[in-house]
Amino acid sequence: MKEQLNKIHERARAELTKLSSIQELENFRVQVLGKKGELTAILKQMGTLTAEERPKMGQLANEVRQNIEQMLKEKTAELKVKEQELKLAAETIDVTLPGESKPLGHKHPLSIVLDEVKDIFIGMGFQIASGPEVEWDYYNFEALNLPPDHPARDTQDTFYITDKMLLRTQTSPVQIRVMEKQKPPIRIIAPGRVYRSDAVDATHSPYFHQIEGLVVDEGITMGDLKGNLMQFAKRLYGENTEIRLRPHHFPFTEPSCEMDVTCFKCGGKGCPMCKGEGWVEILGGGMVHPKVLQNGGVDAEKYSGYAFGIGLERLTMFRFNIEDMRLLFENDMRFLSQF
Amino acid sequence: MNLSKKWLSDYVELNVSDKQFADEMTLSGSKVESFKTEGEEIKNVVVGRVEALERHPDSDHLWVCRVNVGKQENLQIITGAQNLKPGDIVPVALDNSFVAGGQHIKKGKLRGLESNGMLCSLGELGLTCHDFPYAVEDGIFVLGDDCDLTLGTDIHEAIGLNDVVTEFEITSNRADCLSITGLAREAAATFGAELKMPEISVKNTHGCVDDFLSVEIKDPDLCYRYAGAVVENVRIKPSPRWMRERLRACGVRPINNIVDITNFVMLELGQPMHAFDLRYLDGNKVIVRRAKDGESITTLDGVERNLTPEMLVIADENKPVAVAGVMGGEYSGIMDDTTTIVFESAMFNGVSVRRTAKALSMRTEASARYEKELDATGCLRSLTRALQLVEMLDAGDVVGGVVDCDHSDKTPVTLPFEPEWVNNFIGIDLSADEQRKILEKLGFEIKDGNVIAPSFRNDIEHQADISEEIARFYGYDKIPDRALSGVADGRYSDFQILENKVNDILIAQGLSEICTYTFISPKEFDKILLPEDSGLRNCVKISNPLGEDTSVMRTTAVPSMLQTLSRNYNNRNASAGLYEIGPVYISNGDEELPDEPEKVMIGLYGGEYDYFSLKGIVENLLSNVGIKEFEIERVTDCPYLHPGRGAKISVNGEEAVLLGEVHPNVAANYSIGTRCYIAEISMGVLFDNRETEKIYRALPKFPAVTRDLAFVCEKAIPVVSLQKLIASSIGKTLENISLFDVYEGAQVEKGMKSVAFSLSLRSAERTLTDDDADTAVGKAIKALEKIGVKLRS
Repeated sequence: MKEQLNKIHERARAELTKLSSIQELENFRVQVLGKKGELTAILKQMGTLTAEERPKMGQLANEVRQNIEQMLKEKTAELKVKEQELKLAAETIDVTLPGESKPLGHKHPLSIVLDEVKDIFIGMGFQIASGPEVEWDYYNFEALNLPPDHPARDTQDTFYITDKMLLRTQTSPVQIRVMEKQKPPIRIIAPGRVYRSDAVDATHSPYFHQIEGLVVDEGITMGDLKGNLMQFAKRLYGENTEIRLRPHHFPFTEPSCEMDVTCFKCGGKGCPMCKGEGWVEILGGGMVHPKVLQNGGVDAEKYSGYAFGIGLERLTMFRFNIEDMRLLFENDMRFLSQF
Repeated sequence: MNLSKKWLSDYVELNVSDKQFADEMTLSGSKVESFKTEGEEIKNVVVGRVEALERHPDSDHLWVCRVNVGKQENLQIITGAQNLKPGDIVPVALDNSFVAGGQHIKKGKLRGLESNGMLCSLGELGLTCHDFPYAVEDGIFVLGDDCDLTLGTDIHEAIGLNDVVTEFEITSNRADCLSITGLAREAAATFGAELKMPEISVKNTHGCVDDFLSVEIKDPDLCYRYAGAVVENVRIKPSPRWMRERLRACGVRPINNIVDITNFVMLELGQPMHAFDLRYLDGNKVIVRRAKDGESITTLDGVERNLTPEMLVIADENKPVAVAGVMGGEYSGIMDDTTTIVFESAMFNGVSVRRTAKALSMRTEASARYEKELDATGCLRSLTRALQLVEMLDAGDVVGGVVDCDHSDKTPVTLPFEPEWVNNFIGIDLSADEQRKILEKLGFEIKDGNVIAPSFRNDIEHQADISEEIARFYGYDKIPDRALSGVADGRYSDFQILENKVNDILIAQGLSEICTYTFISPKEFDKILLPEDSGLRNCVKISNPLGEDTSVMRTTAVPSMLQTLSRNYNNRNASAGLYEIGPVYISNGDEELPDEPEKVMIGLYGGEYDYFSLKGIVENLLSNVGIKEFEIERVTDCPYLHPGRGAKISVNGEEAVLLGEVHPNVAANYSIGTRCYIAEISMGVLFDNRETEKIYRALPKFPAVTRDLAFVCEKAIPVVSLQKLIASSIGKTLENISLFDVYEGAQVEKGMKSVAFSLSLRSAERTLTDDDADTAVGKAIKALEKIGVKLRS
């Protein structure tokens, strides 16, 4: 009997290693350990043993059973891992095939840059104002210190609706409208469409966009204008950007300036984009003319302010290296989908 | 304004490079556009003398010249010019030289004979007979004794073609800088140099001007001052080289001594001058008056101009002889046989000159200055300068005295001198003394605590103007930066937040944003088939458009979108999904500004796009801005939509969206050869009905019961009406209803369709039983049966 048990044990040890599926293992278990299995058959012979032998054999039989069970358990685990490996291997796909997606649309390049500008100014505590595009001559010119027949009106060829109504040539009328409605402190930008009677070419359009800025408070100085615009330029074009203010003339600011930034292509060394100057002009501004403050109902004795106007098309064309302004308004998908 | 470096150096001595000059002038407020040296492309051209010349043996027109260029050996040069003789001094382009236009000259052979260079004409030096009146234009330039005739001298030096010309952009407030002395004043202040203004006086005169000329100003509102002087025995000839080259550098063509003097004074002092031939002033009288109806004048450029009573003219007793401040008349101008002239130095109303020049479309050097209002004080000075130059050039005999009709107001602008105010306004700390120095340098006077502006600075009217003078010479770059201080409420407005959201939703659905012109052609209304009486044709019209294409403000964004779809289609882009948020302009007549409501315009063609993808995008937009409930109905009468595929969506009774397939005739009008789809959405309605706050709803505690139901109904019944009926009959236990199938075909009767819905029922209080569900569904079935819709068995 002992021999029989040992034989079963040995056979199990040898055969189990050969089995390769869970099903074969189960068959083997039934064959050896099942109710009609070999081990059970041997145990049934226990009655024929002496009382002395019985416990010893019992113990041996148990050990053999436990060993076989342990082996079965280990083998089962091993085969399960193998089987899963096979299954997963069979599920292999070509992971380089294109993904399925509905492509997103594209924001217009003008909006991309405008959003950036808005975010920069909102971060500096500005609100975003707006005003009508079809505007009174009063707001577009007169209130901005440009009386009728002022020679500076020539530089802004105007589309008129009637003698008194026009398409605004600049976003500056929003300055007056904001001051009329709001008491200082004022801190706004006003982006919007503007119109000038310029024939279309690579750098001109009768329809374009400006971003007006206006800050009015007690004790505002030109140093504030400089600091603010410097901060804006660095945020938009990077920390290494330098600015340069040049004196200029606008009837609604005094002193007035134009602002250049170091050319973002060449970093100021001089290149075709900046025409070798190392500087690129991006905006005009100045201290709000006291007459303009008064026209907006602001006490010019108490308050001062600065204003500036940025050309959005120019910023956008520089940003994306677009050489022809017409592309911005043609809206060809091949152009739009690049942004 | 072009500035001659030579001319500038007559008034201010500077020791800076041309680049430095340009940079510093720009930073002190006189913006330099560019600068260049005259004749800089001409290289290796020197003065030579033709020692001998003979016919080329193999040519009947070429000459073989021996030319002495100051070297030991004479050069053999072949020329085709016929105007040379031995002894002529000429410009010689040596071997490996460059002449005007960039032509490279090398030695070579001409008909077998060696030619070691080229003899140059005026044209090859970039000049004309106006620059050297004694030279011929179709031959070699034979240098006169106004040139340096030393053999071998570089031609630039020899003929004075060596000025540096700086081009300034002068802003409209600084008419005084449209002059050499004005820029010299700025330069002197910029570089801390001394300004030497010309000393102006006339030495010898004879007779009395009153015997020759009288002046009457009939319209003193348009002519503030008119001063005249007379020169007798005029000797018309070319002006000297120094004057010619200064004019040339400033872009003015030299003509003759008298005309050149008027231009010289205008450029030097900024006061436009005019010279009349006294012979043609009937009655020896100048009358400054408005033109009469029907009057006309032929101006110096030979064009006959019709005048109107708004225009000011200089007239004699009988006729206008000049358009005041704009241009002189052809017949009273200076001619070769002119003997007695009248110089005019006047001050006209700027607005009047501007309007007249504009109306006659002739903007001249004179009108460009007059329209900015000049300095009445300077009239006599300029007049005297002209007479002084006549004397210097021996161009005639000056008659004593001037006729001066003066109505001008010469009260200077006086402002309190407030250095502290300036410091506070600019954000600097500059002593009163330093500020005084800057102002005095610019011609201001500080007296009794006041700043008195010089008469030529009509732009000064406020303390802020004074502060600009201080700031630009203090240096904008030196003003200390200050970061914005104080707390402010930076944010988007509610409308802008919605706009951003709409952008995000539409881009997420695959649409790309476009940016279109907001003015269109009125013909676009025809192209979208709007009836003649459509309210949308009542648009805001531009009175002076660039062209018909951009002549009216759009009342609908449909044409802009269709144009864009068309451009994409015709550029062979397979599909396009586009949108724009932008205004339309609704006229309120001439007395009120138009309304500018914002619209979202969507346009699609190609790819998977059809009516339902458009509707899906719109529904997604509505639901994501928080509009869950809306009415949709068919639209059959929108002229630009397909009559069977158009719809209107209303929110709370207000029209929010018009959407559908574009009518094929309209698509054809825009050359779009495929089906396309558009939606026009009112931003206003989205704004009014948007969800402004979200409130959390507890997650359901009890399970839902689902039931699928199919009904058979007439084809024409809109599914949405069945859906509504089901919803209203079941009430609040209906959590969700969704359509999952519409079928027409063999399985249902002709003219009928099967519509299948999936219903989800749930109670907040308890688990619904099957009985509950059956009862609820039973209500729906009953309600539908009432309108003849049967449950499909």
